[in-house]
Amino acid sequence: MIRVTDLCIFQGEFALKDVSFEIPEGEYGVLMGKTGSGKTTILECICGLRPMQSGTVELSGSDVTRLKPGERGIGYVPQDGSLFVTMTVREQLSLAMTIRHWPMQRIDERVNELAEMLGIHGLLDRYPHGLSGGEIQRVALGRALSSGPSILCLDEPLSALDDETHSEICDLLDSVKQQTGVTILHITHRKREMRRLADKLLKIEDGIVEEEDLNDSAQDASPA
Amino acid sequence: MSESEAYRPPSDTPFFVCLGLLGGGYILIIVCLILANSTFTTPGHLLAALNAPEIRYAIRLSLVSCTITTILSLWVAVPIGYLMSRQQFRGKNFVDAMLDIPIVLPPLVIGLSLLILFQTSAGKAVEQLFEDFMDRTGLAKRMGITGITYDIPSVILAQFMVACAFAVRTMRVTFDQIPVRQEHVALTLGCSQSQSFWMVVFPQARRGLLTAATLAWARALGEFGPILVFSGATRFKTEVLPTTIFLEMSIGNIEAAVAVSLLMILIAIAVLILARTFGLESRIEGKAPR
Repeated sequence: MIRVTDLCIFQGEFALKDVSFEIPEGEYGVLMGKTGSGKTTILECICGLRPMQSGTVELSGSDVTRLKPGERGIGYVPQDGSLFVTMTVREQLSLAMTIRHWPMQRIDERVNELAEMLGIHGLLDRYPHGLSGGEIQRVALGRALSSGPSILCLDEPLSALDDETHSEICDLLDSVKQQTGVTILHITHRKREMRRLADKLLKIEDGIVEEEDLNDSAQDASPA
Repeated sequence: MSESEAYRPPSDTPFFVCLGLLGGGYILIIVCLILANSTFTTPGHLLAALNAPEIRYAIRLSLVSCTITTILSLWVAVPIGYLMSRQQFRGKNFVDAMLDIPIVLPPLVIGLSLLILFQTSAGKAVEQLFEDFMDRTGLAKRMGITGITYDIPSVILAQFMVACAFAVRTMRVTFDQIPVRQEHVALTLGCSQSQSFWMVVFPQARRGLLTAATLAWARALGEFGPILVFSGATRFKTEVLPTTIFLEMSIGNIEAAVAVSLLMILIAIAVLILARTFGLESRIEGKAPR
């Protein structure tokens, strides 16, 4: 579960006031809004990557407002994947577990399990250089899921993909949700993506986040 | 059709010819400078220079002092470059301008400022501490270094003051080019700030580090003004290669001065080739799957 209550952020001229919303356990929440409306800022606050003036963030029932990013149990996938260019795919998938001092055998098992789920077995010993957009997002997703987080934050992860790869990764995200039961917050511009994945739709406009009925959005004929 | 054979509209030709002429002229001057030096001297002069004990001492001191300066510069440039790239704080613009002062100040002024600094009570206290340390540890006798001013440490300090500023600038640009989002991801994976720096950022800064090292080393090798003022030009003590050229020219021994100049050019070219060779075979390319 993700619960944000009365979140306030001021940064120069930009301000978000009293933002509150909730995504129930195991549901797929999609946050939409115009460029510059503060979607990424909210996501970064949930991840603990950006200081907030006031408000609370609860994840899976615990108040994590004062916790460091690594202690929140969150997997984070940025827009471009942001793979670590000097690490092989295997090293990227292992990093979170290595940091947590998991035994080597357990790390290997988990890496193989993730590679199986995401279809990236053949990429394990490659570096990010030369991977396709879809492969980068698969690896970034695997890295985010590696230590078994209960929350997944996705910041426009499909925006740079072609239609075919986009559809593949949508299927993959759906299957990840079914298999892991993780609660997801996904930022996107594309209505098609939202209709395909969302259990719950949130829209941000003029600094206010409101829940919208998915059925109303589904009737919207615009194919963006 | 290969890239070089690709069609280019004839109307673009004058533009590229102008660029080529301007750039080519500069490269031609560099080549002419090196050729002029090489034709002015003979292998005999070069060998004679290499065999002269005072020049051998200058070569040794130059190589050792430049290497120490480079290590010290990187030691300082990495943290400053990273902080300036990632942190926002009050007075950042002022600090940024301060870091450029050694680059814009005339070299002689840096030497003079160092000399004055070590004449203040604080400077004298540091010098005294250093002398006591060298005496107590027996290093003064073993290495023949007794103080800072007009001694070998002053050579390194004078080189460091200028070379470090170039290394700082290079490292700042290097860290600016590494996306901060990768660090964000590392933090959510459980890394501390320090782990994210050492495991994610620093390995990517390898090329920048090599460039900063090359730049600092080359800058230190060519340093003359501050060394002349702060360290003097004492043979077998504070004589580095640029000092040798100055001393040889001042006694009219142009052949030796040119031979040492050529030697410095060769060293500089060797360093550049080494840096480029190692810099290019970067893991970042990731072309060889393991």
